[in-house]
Amino acid sequence: MKMTDPVIPYAPPEQQRYASVLSMGTRIGLALLVIGFCSYAFEWIPPLVPHESLATVWNQPLARYLELTGVPTGWGWVNLIDRSDIFNLVGIGILSGVSLLCLAAAAPFYASRGERVYLALCLLEIAVLLLAASGILTSGH
Amino acid sequence: MSRPAITICVLAALALPAWAGTATAVTADYPWWTWPLSLFFVCFLLGIVAVPAGVGGGVLFVPIVGGFFPFHLDFVRGAGLLVALASALAAGPDLLRNGLANLRLALPLAVLASASSIVGALVGLALPASVVNIALGVTILGIVALMAMAGKSEFPNVPAADSLSAALCMNGVFHDNVSGRDIAWKVHRTPVGLVLFTLIGMLAGMFGLGAGWANVPVLNLVMGAPLKVSAGTSSFILSLVDSSAAWVYLNRGAVLAVIAVPSVVGMMLGAMIGARLLRVLKASVIRRLVISLLLFAGMRAILKGSGIWI
Repeated sequence: MKMTDPVIPYAPPEQQRYASVLSMGTRIGLALLVIGFCSYAFEWIPPLVPHESLATVWNQPLARYLELTGVPTGWGWVNLIDRSDIFNLVGIGILSGVSLLCLAAAAPFYASRGERVYLALCLLEIAVLLLAASGILTSGH
Repeated sequence: MSRPAITICVLAALALPAWAGTATAVTADYPWWTWPLSLFFVCFLLGIVAVPAGVGGGVLFVPIVGGFFPFHLDFVRGAGLLVALASALAAGPDLLRNGLANLRLALPLAVLASASSIVGALVGLALPASVVNIALGVTILGIVALMAMAGKSEFPNVPAADSLSAALCMNGVFHDNVSGRDIAWKVHRTPVGLVLFTLIGMLAGMFGLGAGWANVPVLNLVMGAPLKVSAGTSSFILSLVDSSAAWVYLNRGAVLAVIAVPSVVGMMLGAMIGARLLRVLKASVIRRLVISLLLFAGMRAILKGSGIWI
């Protein structure tokens, strides 16, 4: 929020904090997404799956695609972020993970007011997001 | 341009990749970059019509791109979640600051919906594409029926908050710029809302649809939140639900940047134009156009899943 913006009283402080973290995280995520895609599309950095090969496998079911390309599952992609197609996942990961930071930023407000139910809900939502992000959960065709 | 002409133009533009993409071998006959470029163009168009029609991009993206582009539905659903997620995240800060999205209302519903979206994503990735296509088609036709028939209530009458929402203080005040008044609101039928949001989360994760199409009616018509608070809080809940499901797709390797990034950028740019056109376009006409598009895409998904129109 700019210094000149009027203070709107309809959002409690935890919402204001959540909004600030969300705004910053989303901007960073989107910027990385666009930069990453440019490096991929214009081949500034070599991809793991060459462009021409990709066009022959993107119509395959996920399991077959992974088998043909050797793209890792879980957090294995982090080891390959020097490849442009995989680097794109950094921006996507930030967009998918920014809510975790927002919730972590809002939770202390509930704790300081002794609102245990909402503190628990915040922590529960963080746990759900962490579970999803952990890569522990697997399934396949 | 007349209404039927606009409909025909948009349908033709959206169907172009289908004619090129029906035979999988055709994919290799075109330079790889033609696909992300045409995807960007189509998503730009979808973004333009999504805003005046009052729907999120995800619900248009999955059936249309899944039906008419050569990409496998697994990757389309992963990208669909990101399209919906990026739009919800971008809108989130303003909605939260001006009180149109409410954390107290959202959190109890979002916890259940995001947990069930993980289950939905896992089930969706485990099912054969043909089954998912048929289920997607049926869901889209259900959304069409909901869009065509569901009413909306600007300020629903809530005689008394139910005991659960009262205990959780699921209430608030927002400033309505149209009337210039502060509007106090509360909700009822919270247990029903919790059950419905669990189902919505499941569908969002399974089909990568986003869920504004269902969130708003449940918040507004079932729980009695004012329409503006419903729309704002729906977008906020969507950001949490789709984050959970997106992680599942990301960790399973079902997110392809070549599909996701042009779609996200195209849809967001289109939505900016759509928001400007909102002042000059007749929203009801666009809404009918979108319902026609969804009807077409839903039937296409059923025909594709049943092997009649591959």
